[in-house]
Amino acid sequence: MSRTEPVEPVGPARPRPPRVPASARRRRTARSLLPHLLSVALLVVVLYPVVWVIGASFKPGQDIVGSLELFPTEPITGNFRRLTEGIADIPLSTFFVNSLILAVGSVGGVLFSCSLAAYAFARIRFAGRAVMFGLMISTLLLPVHVLLIPQYIVFQKLELVDTYVPLLLGKYLAVDAFFVFLMVQFMRGLPRELDEAARLDGCGHPRIFWSIVLPLCRPALITSTIFTFIWTWNDFMGPLIYLNDPQKYPVALGMKLFIDQDTLADYGGMMAMSLLALLPVLLFFLAFQRFLVEGATTSGLKG
Amino acid sequence: MTHTKTSPLPPGSAARRAFRRAGTGPPPVATAGEARRRGRRENLAGYLFLSPWILGMLLLTLGPMLASLYLSFTEYDLFNAPRWTGFDNYRAMFEDPRWATSVGVTLQYVLIATPLKLAAALGVALLLARPRRGLGFYRSAFYAPSLIGASVSIGIVWRAIFQDEAVVDRSLRLFGADIGGWVGDPDWAIYTLVALAVWQFGAPMVIFLAGLKQVPRELYEAAEVDGAGAWRRFRSVTLPLISPVLFFNLLLETIHSFQVFTSAYVVSNGRGGPADSTLFYTLYLYEKGFREFRMGYASAMAWMLMLGVGLVTFVLFRTQRGWVHYEGEGAGGR
Repeated sequence: MSRTEPVEPVGPARPRPPRVPASARRRRTARSLLPHLLSVALLVVVLYPVVWVIGASFKPGQDIVGSLELFPTEPITGNFRRLTEGIADIPLSTFFVNSLILAVGSVGGVLFSCSLAAYAFARIRFAGRAVMFGLMISTLLLPVHVLLIPQYIVFQKLELVDTYVPLLLGKYLAVDAFFVFLMVQFMRGLPRELDEAARLDGCGHPRIFWSIVLPLCRPALITSTIFTFIWTWNDFMGPLIYLNDPQKYPVALGMKLFIDQDTLADYGGMMAMSLLALLPVLLFFLAFQRFLVEGATTSGLKG
Repeated sequence: MTHTKTSPLPPGSAARRAFRRAGTGPPPVATAGEARRRGRRENLAGYLFLSPWILGMLLLTLGPMLASLYLSFTEYDLFNAPRWTGFDNYRAMFEDPRWATSVGVTLQYVLIATPLKLAAALGVALLLARPRRGLGFYRSAFYAPSLIGASVSIGIVWRAIFQDEAVVDRSLRLFGADIGGWVGDPDWAIYTLVALAVWQFGAPMVIFLAGLKQVPRELYEAAEVDGAGAWRRFRSVTLPLISPVLFFNLLLETIHSFQVFTSAYVVSNGRGGPADSTLFYTLYLYEKGFREFRMGYASAMAWMLMLGVGLVTFVLFRTQRGWVHYEGEGAGGR
């Protein structure tokens, strides 16, 4: 939706700094040099591990832990070539495809179920709304571990362990209260007159939801998409509990196969694999970081 | 411009037209009967839209919670029927030295990592508070670790960086601190994970930044006129005004810290080593439930975790009266 819409931009509007004359701007730039230097110095520390893994993945195994050099003097590609043999006889592509299936499936589920629930909470006045909203909010604080064991038992009895159903079902049933909350906040910011006018025109809730509210919620939907994708990609505990067959492992569990054979650690392969596993997340991050940071601000989401 | 119910409007134009109509349309007149009918329709629509959530709530949240409470009073190994044992699991917990260790490790982690992480987040947020060029870049770059920190990859990287003779060890030795590899040292292993938590300060930082943006510039100017130095301005203007944000971050980070799993699993080799020094509560719960299949005991542990987190949340909410200032109750602070 274009910005020319007669609707207040919802979400965090970035205040544009007022135009200042060039001389004043120069003065300000000079004064802010110190914070810049400090920021860059801190960034070097913060981003060090990320850069380190890039360098390490091109080092021979024995140089990875001991050497202080960030980048090898003679970079090798052997670590990556070794990965083409796969991990435990499973080609890497299997892990990546599995992760992709899980991530895309989760995104679809979250967008579908959470937007429906959020619309109900934000725009429909039904009996019991306050109580249910309270329930939804309180699940934000609920440690997942309380649900872990009974859920596992049920899925085990239904013989759904070692399938993706336990990992995906919750996404289609709006279990991620974070996203419901994020979308509710966003939808509440949309002017009420919109639905009232649409209703006078004879639109029912499904129509208002689909044609008016959902398109206006695009920023919230994008934020949810990115977070769901990255969190699912990184998720370790869920697959660790529910998946047994290495053929079904996502990337995170594929890497566990590496750690398990700890005695003869293949550090080179591990680092190359770590980098490959991070790559989609980093690319996603680079492409969408603006939405991500803003989404995190509005909702208090945690990465 | 008229249209019927069925006319397929492109989403953009439907919204636009609806908005234009808003100011001009006649106010809806409703009789009592109509209102009631409408109320019923609203209820139905509400429940329909909520049906996935309601299903999820019943099947995946409330149901399992009750089941887990029941199981916590039983002995259950997945294969034989649960056997009611009353409070035995809870009693056993208090006599289990490894459980006590896991509580200690987790509390130590929460108490050290949370304040450090928040301090780092606030510090960097203050550094970035003034609008200036490159802000978007810095914000994003500092945020990146928050996204990837919980991944297995970073866990593996951390283990390598903090090993004996590795980067951190050697760098610290340059400063005369000869600790050795943190990962293998029972006294220091937990600080590997503390460092990992602090490294992910980006998420609370972004929230602090949003809070700092709300502080009116005039207050700083007024304080400056009154001769307040930088520290005084921070203490008397910034801190009270962002206290709600600070509280929010403190609450979320604390709850978050109690549940750390992936990084603990990877860094500690999945067993909480060395010598149980990183036996986090969640790791021990996983071990009991999914390695030993003591589902009853693990359920009891889960409930203790929930009680613990609930208690901490409660205490935090109680103390907030003392230090959290909400708008309209003397924003200047004391």
